[in-house]
Amino acid sequence: MKILVCISNVPDTTAKISFVEDNKVYNKNNVQFIISPYEELALTRALELKEAASGTITVLTVGLQDAEPTMRKALAMGADDAIRVNTEAKDAMFVAKQIAEVAKNKNYDIIFTGKESIDYNGSQVGEMVAELLDIPSITSVSGIDVEGTTGKIQREIDGGYEQIECEFPFVGSGQKGIAPEPRIPAMRGIMMARKKPLNIVEPVEFTDLTQVITHTLPEAKSACTMIEPDNVGELVRLLHEEAKAI
Amino acid sequence: MEDTKITTGGEFLIKKTEAKDIFIPEEFDEEQRMIYQTCKDFLDKEIHPNLDRIDDQEPGLMRDLISKAGELGLLGISVPEELDGFGQSFLTTMLANEAIGASYSFAVAFMAQTGIGTLPILYYGNEEQKQKYIPKMATGELAAAYCLTEPNAGSDANSGTSKAVLSEDGKHYILNGQKMWITNGGFADVLTVFAKIDNDRILSAFIVENNWEGVSLNPEEKKMGIKGSSTRQIFFNNVKVPVENLLGARGEGFRIALNILHIGRIKLGVNVVGASKIAINHSVNYANERKQFGKQISSFGAIKHKIAQQAILTYASESAVYRASKNIDDAIIEAKKNSDGKTNANIEGSAKYQTECALLKVFGSEALDYVVDESAQIFGGMGFSAEMPADRAYRDSRINRIFEGTNEINRLIIVDSAIKTAQKGEYDLFGKAKEVMAEINNLSPVLNGNESYYEEKQKYIAAFKKAILVTIQSMMDVLKRKLSFEQEIMMNVSDMIIQLYVAESLALRVEKLNDMKGDEAISIKKDILDVFIYDVASEIRKFGLDAINSFAEGENLKTLTNAIEHFTKVGGVNTKDARRRIADTIIEENKYNL
Ligand SMILES: Cc1cc2nc3c(=O)[nH]c(=O)nc-3n(C[C@H](O)[C@H](O)[C@H](O)COP(=O)(O)OP(=O)(O)OC[C@H]3O[C@@H](n4cnc5c(N)ncnc54)[C@H](O)[C@@H]3O)c2cc1C
Repeated sequence: MKILVCISNVPDTTAKISFVEDNKVYNKNNVQFIISPYEELALTRALELKEAASGTITVLTVGLQDAEPTMRKALAMGADDAIRVNTEAKDAMFVAKQIAEVAKNKNYDIIFTGKESIDYNGSQVGEMVAELLDIPSITSVSGIDVEGTTGKIQREIDGGYEQIECEFPFVGSGQKGIAPEPRIPAMRGIMMARKKPLNIVEPVEFTDLTQVITHTLPEAKSACTMIEPDNVGELVRLLHEEAKAI
Repeated sequence: MEDTKITTGGEFLIKKTEAKDIFIPEEFDEEQRMIYQTCKDFLDKEIHPNLDRIDDQEPGLMRDLISKAGELGLLGISVPEELDGFGQSFLTTMLANEAIGASYSFAVAFMAQTGIGTLPILYYGNEEQKQKYIPKMATGELAAAYCLTEPNAGSDANSGTSKAVLSEDGKHYILNGQKMWITNGGFADVLTVFAKIDNDRILSAFIVENNWEGVSLNPEEKKMGIKGSSTRQIFFNNVKVPVENLLGARGEGFRIALNILHIGRIKLGVNVVGASKIAINHSVNYANERKQFGKQISSFGAIKHKIAQQAILTYASESAVYRASKNIDDAIIEAKKNSDGKTNANIEGSAKYQTECALLKVFGSEALDYVVDESAQIFGGMGFSAEMPADRAYRDSRINRIFEGTNEINRLIIVDSAIKTAQKGEYDLFGKAKEVMAEINNLSPVLNGNESYYEEKQKYIAAFKKAILVTIQSMMDVLKRKLSFEQEIMMNVSDMIIQLYVAESLALRVEKLNDMKGDEAISIKKDILDVFIYDVASEIRKFGLDAINSFAEGENLKTLTNAIEHFTKVGGVNTKDARRRIADTIIEENKYNL
């Protein structure tokens, strides 16, 4: 079984968000980057599938050299090799095009992405890759097993689950539930990571279809006022006078 | 050019160090950071959600967590690869210990397992002993403990009365005795037990398995803090210890005990850095949430002062502990090169820097006590509530000043080892001290007014060293052999040395960081340095004056007072504004971000 897991390099969830260059560009200064969480879960499940059967796991990132630490973390978690497409990740179509270009002659059985990356939350790359490769796309994968050359997949749908089966190859975008928790790289994995191949390929040319005009930060969340449980009068007064909700 | 590389412990008292020659934590590489992150991820997944269950000593839980840490390889980080470990450097091991430091009782269990539990066998065991025990300790299959303390032998560890007598057939030692305060005692499979053979004056060490006949345990101690860590009395009643389980040579036990403790001390010194950082995070999270008088309490100057001071002590402590760790790493590499095969290079390396190990333990444990104390204060009434994290941190911190040698014992060691190393001729403390003594009747200004920012700091530090040398030399001149009876003065000198070492390490780190990252990126670090040097100057002055007033008289006292005051004079600092800036960055990011 050959699995490709596409991972994006995103700011840590607790990172401070600010923008530079006229609010067009995210300020990466002093920010710690991580593997986007849904992709980390998808990778974890991919590793389990491989360990239960056999095969290889490749991770792929579209990004510059500063993405390599998170890629090596993926190798430390247990991926066999890594491919970095040497260009800044731009919009979803651009990224999907780069991924499809790498994947097109490699006969991956499953290509995993995350349901969305947690920085720009575009939720499109997986579907676009599938379209470009002309293979099925399965979104919101919250569970997956493999039997022979068939994926047995659980999808989360509104208010419940859907069970589906799909022959290899396909693209699955992972979400919560695909693995219970991300795998923590063990010492052995960390030490093996430096010996695993991290191949760099140059991007194909592709003109962006979208342009970022500006970013704005959400309004600061107002603080929470705590009221003692037996002080209902005060709650009513605050709702009435300050929140003007009643 | 003047040689500025530190090559032995205590030498910092007389030598100027260049910023480029120290290691700073910003230089950790990607792999080391990944190991740190794995430790943190492990805590987030296994420890932090279970703190109450751990503190309730849910049966089997701590033992299970040790195994889980073992599965990730965290118990074998410093164990050589031949013994199924990962052969990482001392620095990397220290970084991992910092991460684990944020795990309360688990940190204590972890330190006992990987430190005092594993290291005696790893560093003093013969090949069979190592092969038999170490790989399984590194995976967590075997849990380990270290049994030195007895009801009547704590600080005076060599006075223990546990006894081992060779059996008639010469195959066993028959071990009898009682050990107390044994961390991991409730579940440890393998114990390093210190006892005297026959009527020896000095301890020997034995490897004892807890399922051997005659080993029994008291119930868990009821403790103020680290409630989740197992602490037991262990009794040895005619336990038959095979002769091949003698660890090291007969009579070598006390040396083993002490040498293992050097490593334990510096590791404790880094552990508390991890504990401090998480306590600061809790403090600032709360200060940013809690409103009084219509404002977040983090907007009040009094609270900012506390947050800044917590951060200053933590950052300073961290600077010092990694500086010394690199010195030890270098000494280990050097010792490996020149190894005669008799002593372990790791032991040689850390023993060489025993002054630093002791002072980092003292400074770090007291810094953490400040941090957790003020954390409880920031939480106000909630700081007193067992529902909030400030309470656990506060109670768990206290042990650090007591074990691995009490801070009093460690303060004595600081002065004693610095002097003894010099007396052995390893560095010229007294030559340098005499030079300074010659200077004090004719003092020249510390600064000439043309110094750059870092030159000024370095000159202050050089002057603090002179204050210390003057105190040490005059103390030895007056007290001579009576010195060891004058513990109060030893404590004073020790405090001067501690403050100096940390201040110098901080100054060198900020300077090196400045070279790496440029002025703008490090402005807060300069604030930290400004405040710290300003504070340390007055501490060193006070401790110096306390000391000399306790032994000197007349003209001599006048000259010494003048000298101490001269060498500890520093420029004024707007500490209020500096602390506000430090606090503000932490408040803004809502976490320790230095
Ligand atoms: C939770 C916990 C875990 C521990 N884990 C272990 C373990 O795993 N293995 C182990 O062997 N031990 C362990 N210990 C024991 C610990 O190392 C000792 O408690 C410590 O060394 C102090 O000894 P003591 O308790 O006998 O105090 P004492 O030695 O009686 O000291 C009492 C006071 O007198 C001071 N004092 C003693 N001698 C001097 C002196 N010469 N000059 C000046 N002041 C002095 C001390 O500083 C202290 O303030 C643990 C202790 C605790 C509380």
